[in-house]
Amino acid sequence: MSYIRKPAVSHPKLARNKLGLTARDYEGTVSTLCAGCGHDSVTAAIIRAVFELNIEPHMLAKMSGIGCSSKTPAYFVSQSHGFNSVHGRMPSVTTGASAANRTLTYIGVSGDGDSLSIGVGQFVHAIRRNLNMCYIIENNGVYGLTKGQFSASADIGSKPKKGLPNQQEPIDAVSTALSLGATYIARGFSGDKEQLIPLIQGALMHDGFALVDVISPCVTFNDHEGSTKSYKHTRQFYHHVVDADFVPPAEEIRAAYKEGSAMPIELHDGSKIVLRKIDQNYDPTSRARSFKFLRDHVNAGEITTGLLYINEERKEMHDLMGNIDTPLSEYPLEKLHPGNGELKKILSRYR
Amino acid sequence: MKPTDTSNPDYFHKVVDCQWACPAHTDVPEYIRLIAQGRFSDAYIENRKSNVFPGILGRVCDRPCEPACRRRRVEDTPVAICRLKRVAADHRDDIRDRLPQAASRNNGKRVALIGAGCASLTVANDLRPLGYEITIFEALDATGGLMRSNIPRFRLPPKVLDEEIDYILDMGVDLKLNHRIDSMRELLDEGFDAVFVGTGAPRGKNLEIPGRYDSDNIHIGIEWLESVAFDHIDSIGKNVLIIGVGNTAMDCCRTSLRLGANDVKVMARKPRGFFKASDWELEDAEEENVEILVNHSPKNFLIEKGKLVGMTFELMEYKIDEAGRIDRGTVTGEKVIPCDDVILAIGQDNAFPWIERDIGIEFNEWECPIVDEETMMCGRDGVFFGGDSAFGPKNIIWAVAHGHEAAISIHKYCQNESLQDRLPVGVNLASQKMGMHEWSYSNDYDPAARRLMPHVDLKERFKKLDIEVELGFTIEQTIQEVERCLNCDIQTVFAAKLCIECDACIDICPVNCLTITENGDEADLRARLSAPAENHDQALYVSDDLPHTSRVMVKDEDLCVHCGLCAERCPTGAWDMQKSTVLIPYATDEAADEQLQPAAPAA
Repeated sequence: MSYIRKPAVSHPKLARNKLGLTARDYEGTVSTLCAGCGHDSVTAAIIRAVFELNIEPHMLAKMSGIGCSSKTPAYFVSQSHGFNSVHGRMPSVTTGASAANRTLTYIGVSGDGDSLSIGVGQFVHAIRRNLNMCYIIENNGVYGLTKGQFSASADIGSKPKKGLPNQQEPIDAVSTALSLGATYIARGFSGDKEQLIPLIQGALMHDGFALVDVISPCVTFNDHEGSTKSYKHTRQFYHHVVDADFVPPAEEIRAAYKEGSAMPIELHDGSKIVLRKIDQNYDPTSRARSFKFLRDHVNAGEITTGLLYINEERKEMHDLMGNIDTPLSEYPLEKLHPGNGELKKILSRYR
Repeated sequence: MKPTDTSNPDYFHKVVDCQWACPAHTDVPEYIRLIAQGRFSDAYIENRKSNVFPGILGRVCDRPCEPACRRRRVEDTPVAICRLKRVAADHRDDIRDRLPQAASRNNGKRVALIGAGCASLTVANDLRPLGYEITIFEALDATGGLMRSNIPRFRLPPKVLDEEIDYILDMGVDLKLNHRIDSMRELLDEGFDAVFVGTGAPRGKNLEIPGRYDSDNIHIGIEWLESVAFDHIDSIGKNVLIIGVGNTAMDCCRTSLRLGANDVKVMARKPRGFFKASDWELEDAEEENVEILVNHSPKNFLIEKGKLVGMTFELMEYKIDEAGRIDRGTVTGEKVIPCDDVILAIGQDNAFPWIERDIGIEFNEWECPIVDEETMMCGRDGVFFGGDSAFGPKNIIWAVAHGHEAAISIHKYCQNESLQDRLPVGVNLASQKMGMHEWSYSNDYDPAARRLMPHVDLKERFKKLDIEVELGFTIEQTIQEVERCLNCDIQTVFAAKLCIECDACIDICPVNCLTITENGDEADLRARLSAPAENHDQALYVSDDLPHTSRVMVKDEDLCVHCGLCAERCPTGAWDMQKSTVLIPYATDEAADEQLQPAAPAA
């Protein structure tokens, strides 16, 4: 951790977004994580993504549970809402928050322990509900805060700093989400922001549950020779299958793409994601084929990254339930609360 | 781009913008840190090593360091470097036992220095410790050259001047005052082993327009200032016009106000932005209600009944092109401005009527001697030049720099060594990491604005000619100002082989000066860094290929505030903060040990 404050000084020619803010305005406090932690890089990517999307800080809600990963919302967008919940319970707290106010943009930051061990039940049900949120897993394969025991995402054969290699089958967040019917599934790497920033932007603008599983090396407990979640290993077995460019609403697609390789997908707000297939065998809109492709590459020891699956057809939680758009806090009390007489009438229907 | 060659001492030296810009290469950040620690004597000695006259320069230096200061690019105003130098001088203890000592016995070589100004004094300062016998010939009745004759006492008190000059003369120098050299040939015949010319640029430019010689009330700036300095002139008319807007003009107008003038106008031929005077000298003059009239080109003097009554000016209009160049201007009218006295301050020329033209010393079309810029020797072996006399009017700090180089050359010449075979400039790097999160320097960016110099009250200051206007920084101001220094000499040093490309340094850098990217040529790289790298005067620091991806780390040196966060957040120590000490060789460094035998301290 650092004791030096990040100086308030900034580059005099720093870019400003449509709100007149600079990326520096989207920062939080200085990280207290280990120097070189992948999570800090993910934080920087989130800052960049939110800045470029012109999100008003007070319209953002940062949700988290417990763990190194769950500390990170303190390090971005200080001016937003936030809730640091109980271990593994971030999805249900977010469900509650979203139920009360669907106009906020929800970003949940969790880890492999928080989401795949103690909170795995919460995680799968948030997907089932198709809760409208960007769900980031900062995935490093170990429990960093308790000094480096293997987590549920550790690969078979991965070596710890001390002790025996992992023998248990890992839970792969991406395959799990795909099997459960998540509607936006991506995997990135903290060391590749060029890919990660648009993946987070797409996830923030997607209507429904958007998972971004980010390989985010633990520089202290899992960055050694023999680890399968180190910077070096990740770079070596990196398999980039689909790049995604995020194009905001009302902007033309300006980049030049080769015929047949680009696939624009329109999101609900009119923005677009242009998928650039790097591996021509991959089709990110077919759940069945994606599943096979991903499993084959897991078995080959490759780390498949990019926007791996997208489905803009399925309705998110509020639309499934027919909820109103207005936040409950702004809804007149007399409408929110029908009164004793009405309640009795409703109850009588079930007698 | 190729990996940056940081073994070239100039690379890290250039990052220390102030030190690089200083002709004498004073280690500015180092002495500012010493002041911050309250070590004023140490700060003074650090200064004196390179610039010899810290008390004088702390008041009247032309400060090439300040426009260069990185702080000026990060925000608006540079660190008040010059003012801090004065703090070190004002608060020093008795440092006489730390000054260079004359050698215990002379080496039998005699060196003549012509002119007792800053260039000659620097040569004496550097050569006495090596045992050279020094004779200084000075035409006037006092030492100091233009520092005494041209800089008014309200800017530079004689006490300050005397103290620092005496430090040098006390080493044992044969000083011959009121001894004008009228013939170089005769001097050379006296058998000195080397001769150094430090006579300045003593001829004020004249303005040959009608009426010039019809009145005694038309003065040449530097001559007039000299007469005031030596009490030959003690009054001037009520209405004074100063022609020219250089630093001499500023001294003339402010001196006039102290000799009885109550309306002083500085007449500028060109608009603002094209003045030669330093910004702070303009500010100080305007604070004293001197009016600066722009676009007035002198046409003639108006004389009535043998008395100067005014001047006629042509009113000018200029066009300035996109590159900021000004044209010759067109005349749009005429205007008469009444006055009692006129002072001409339109520049100085070199003049060497006393150097014969057939003794091997060559001159160019501007009457400047042809002098080697490295060795300071002219066409005649054993004759050296420095200060304004070498390459035309510059300033004190350049004269000091020339003096140091000339001293090395004189030593080598007298020892029959090659003048070109000089010690190279070196650089030393030392890590400043003290512990897990501890650095040896104050690296927190202090957003405080530049402190302003307190001045003597506007009424009080005109009562006498020698009331020093600037009071010097208070302790509170000093404490604030030292923290504004960015410690540019604490360098960010990168070891590519240790980098794991985690991006921690890039994410934390407050001024976006770091990028990891594919290599390319410079123009290409500059276009795709984390923030625009548009200042081409500032280098890109390009690493070797990084081990994981073969990309490169690129640092734009332009706006780095040397906060050390990149090194603080680096998990592998690939970034380190290392203090660069630029090693500038002086004459004593060139000398063998046996040539340096200081006299035993007096019992």
